[in-house]
Amino acid sequence: MSHQGTPRAIRGTKRYTVIGTRPPRVDAPDKVTGRAIYGPDVVLPRMAYGKILRSPYAHARIRAIDTSQAEALPGVYAVVTARDLGQTTDRTAQVGESSVSFKFLCDNNLASDKVLYVGHAVAAVAASSPHIAEDALKLIKVDYEPLPPVTDVLEAMREDAPLLHEGMYTESLAGPSEKPSNIASYFQYLKGDPAQGFAEADVILEREFRTATVHQGYLEPHAATAVWSPDGFLTLYTTTQGSFDARAQVAEPLGCPLSKIRVIPTEVGGAFGGKNISYVDVAAALLARKAGRPVKITMSRAEVFLATGPTSGSVIRLKIGAKRDGRLTAAKAELFYEVGAYPGSPVGSGAYCIFASYEIPHGQIDCYDVVVNKPKTGSYRAPGATQATFAMETLIDELAEKLGMDPIELRLRNIAHEGTLLVTGNRHRSIGAEEVLRTTRNHPHYKAPLGGPHRGRGVALGYWGNWGARSSAMINVNEDGTVTLTTGSVDITGTRTSLAMQAAEVLGLPLENIRSTVGDTDVMGYSDSSAGSRTTMATGIAVVEAAKDVITQMKARAAQLWGLPADKVIYERGMFRANTPDGIQEMSFAALARQASAMGGPVRGKGDVNVRRWGGAFGAHIVDVEVDPETGKVHILRYTAVQDVGRAIHPGQIEGQIQGAVAQGIGWALYEGYVYTPQGQMLNPNFLDYKMPTTLDVPPIDVVIVEVPWPEHPFGVRGVGEVPIVPPPAAIANAIYRATGARLTELPMTPERILRSMGVI
Amino acid sequence: MALVWIPSLLRDLTGGKATVRVSGRTVAQVIEALEAAYPGIKARLAPEGKLAPGLAVAIDNVVAPLGLRTPVEEESEVRFLPAVGGG
Amino acid sequence: MTERVRVSAVINGEPVEFLCEPRQSLLECLRDILGLTGTKEGCNDGNCGACSVLLNGRLVNSCLVLGVEIQGQEVTTIEGLAHWDGLNLLQQAFVAEDALQCGYCTPGMIIAAKALLDREPNPSDERIRAWLAGNLCRCTGYDKIIRAVRSAAAALATPRQEVSK
Repeated sequence: MSHQGTPRAIRGTKRYTVIGTRPPRVDAPDKVTGRAIYGPDVVLPRMAYGKILRSPYAHARIRAIDTSQAEALPGVYAVVTARDLGQTTDRTAQVGESSVSFKFLCDNNLASDKVLYVGHAVAAVAASSPHIAEDALKLIKVDYEPLPPVTDVLEAMREDAPLLHEGMYTESLAGPSEKPSNIASYFQYLKGDPAQGFAEADVILEREFRTATVHQGYLEPHAATAVWSPDGFLTLYTTTQGSFDARAQVAEPLGCPLSKIRVIPTEVGGAFGGKNISYVDVAAALLARKAGRPVKITMSRAEVFLATGPTSGSVIRLKIGAKRDGRLTAAKAELFYEVGAYPGSPVGSGAYCIFASYEIPHGQIDCYDVVVNKPKTGSYRAPGATQATFAMETLIDELAEKLGMDPIELRLRNIAHEGTLLVTGNRHRSIGAEEVLRTTRNHPHYKAPLGGPHRGRGVALGYWGNWGARSSAMINVNEDGTVTLTTGSVDITGTRTSLAMQAAEVLGLPLENIRSTVGDTDVMGYSDSSAGSRTTMATGIAVVEAAKDVITQMKARAAQLWGLPADKVIYERGMFRANTPDGIQEMSFAALARQASAMGGPVRGKGDVNVRRWGGAFGAHIVDVEVDPETGKVHILRYTAVQDVGRAIHPGQIEGQIQGAVAQGIGWALYEGYVYTPQGQMLNPNFLDYKMPTTLDVPPIDVVIVEVPWPEHPFGVRGVGEVPIVPPPAAIANAIYRATGARLTELPMTPERILRSMGVI
Repeated sequence: MALVWIPSLLRDLTGGKATVRVSGRTVAQVIEALEAAYPGIKARLAPEGKLAPGLAVAIDNVVAPLGLRTPVEEESEVRFLPAVGGG
Repeated sequence: MTERVRVSAVINGEPVEFLCEPRQSLLECLRDILGLTGTKEGCNDGNCGACSVLLNGRLVNSCLVLGVEIQGQEVTTIEGLAHWDGLNLLQQAFVAEDALQCGYCTPGMIIAAKALLDREPNPSDERIRAWLAGNLCRCTGYDKIIRAVRSAAAALATPRQEVSK
């Protein structure tokens, strides 16, 4: 039943040679043979193995740490704690584009005065084998003073809640809070007059939603190998989405100049936003320096669950009002997002997305970033948006039903367009929301018969803003006319291929002539993390710039050869050509390359960009479910995902991205969630009890590509990878409602919750 | 004159006004102009000579790279928003 | 230091001898002692399949097998599936169908698929899904993986095709 996803252009069809084709992924041969080197695969001579001691308490003061017995164990080379960081004062540290508290950055690597979650790193050991390192951990004596933990977002906001940071006041434009608080920050968006808007409404709906903490679930755990040279130069092989971010995250705590650190990114085994932050690199670097040998630390699966960066659990209170004809008059949301131990949740981007699909005249969004005794949240594919969209798209569905309107018709009636002023105060630029909805409504799935009892169909629309930021690309022309493309962007999705395709299109060379690689921090210009669905788009812009630079330089060499001004040379389909007094001269790219560097130095094109404007994108999903009325088990029968990608560079890779995100969304909707005791112990830090979808839980997924080109990318590319994780929980919830009559407002929608909602238990 | 969108939490200082026009060639100058018209607003937007922690500013929908030093054009729209990191 | 045991086995068709501690899993021995890092650790407790290998032709999670248990046995890992100069049919199918993204589950997935096709040359999609349910993938949503296995089965069934090594 699976559809090949032939790209269907809705606007702006152009014909390209390479763009839009489906060449094999350049990294595939190494991956299917087991040759690709991931973080845990790195091996260096004399390498030691590191392990980390972690707090058994969700909240406690550290009174003392005694590492003497561990240090004395045969086979142990070094033991480190926060004391080895030697930092005592707080300041603002710079990591990438963000400012972070220096103390928080250090403390999350190795706790200094307090532990704030079960699994919080307290000490680290390097030994000759991982088993000896584990034995040594047991010999480290930590004197804890346990404190009461708080693990629920609403509990943490109460006046009498235990405080994680005694000196933290709520940051807000209204002025700081009077007393210290677990509310790290508060922001409000206000458009028009919501009270008036609700007064004008014929129908008002209001609900409270809850979502559990979920993890990105990448199969490869975090791993880093650190090795120092005698002159204090650190080389770090690490699993990361951003080598330059990883460099800064080690440089800051260690107080190292950036020129003394080289980060070599290894092949990444899944990231989804969770590998923007490094969790073992600082410990590995400290151990390697103290031990005088390379040290590799690989996290176990339990450590990944307990001590990396899952996404926020949340409570969302939502109220919408509409006229009888379906037009929304007002919308009001309160987003309470758990951020874990330190501030900085994705509540802001959740706020950007919650009402971004619709024209809403009056609106208000209150956003709360709340610390709790859980691991500090990290980014998970469209951070904050899935939670917010679960709330909005199920309430919109309920509104459609109340008004007796088709769910897509209701959305079309309110759909945002280019120029729409959003509740968050920004205006949409070019977007494809309406095109996506119309394509969805016209898809055969939307009208297909359900074919059985206990079945229902749900739809949902999702938006994600994407990202631009800094990228660096370099194209070296080899003497035989092949080229080497290097960028500073770690490849977490297949961008070595999609970037090479863009270079091939501009250079007019066959794709096989382009070697596409990722450069480390020693060889490339600053590149922001491969995140925010930015790489094919923003690094693509850098690559196109570099390719055009190559052509400009080569034209100049040809002109030199033929005794002409450079603007007389044209380049077309692999040939340089000019009208000279001796007739038409022409020369292939390869022939010119052979002579080019002798004529004026190596030909090397470069592109360094900071992309400040980029296209957000919409996706709409249709899902059919069957719910067993006795067990509450949900079978996903059929799934269709429609998405505006701007311009499809590689349709096969796009399909793969969308299918993978849908699978994650299915897990988020039905199976996944951290389960905690009141004392803050996670009960399911393993793949048996934290259930990620298997082949049996995911149907074939039909992908329909819509192209509404983004005008500020040379080929019209919009970010693809994150949008498709936004609609699934809402679409599935809406389908479950149609199948059972039960509206669920809490994720995951487990069989137990479904049966309770149906009144069966 | 630049058009400044006043975040709702600051409208107690502007008498409820959601938008305000002021002159300024940089964000810093715009804030000074706002302070002159609505005393106390600078302490909330940019205490200690920098944008408040967690706050960013967008000029014509583009997040300003240089903070207070970012240039502002004659007809620019200036908006204050939470600093949101990439996904 | 714990007393180490000498183990002799055949790995990817080659006789191999190594020393390991009784507590070391086959996964650990393959990766840390024998340098065969193609087989991956995803969970180390038998729930993800990233460590799948064939033990005497039978699909196992190598994290649940001890190194000492393979004494006198035959093990096939991802490294044993192709000649140095080419890919076998399953690997080719994974490449052609774009059945991988990050590639971390891929070695285990290919080994598991090989175990299926070695037994059942013409499995249905349902059978493929049931067989591969022990191999987690977080990137692809499985759609293209099922296609790749189906495509490899078809290629294997075609006469005159080289049998996978």
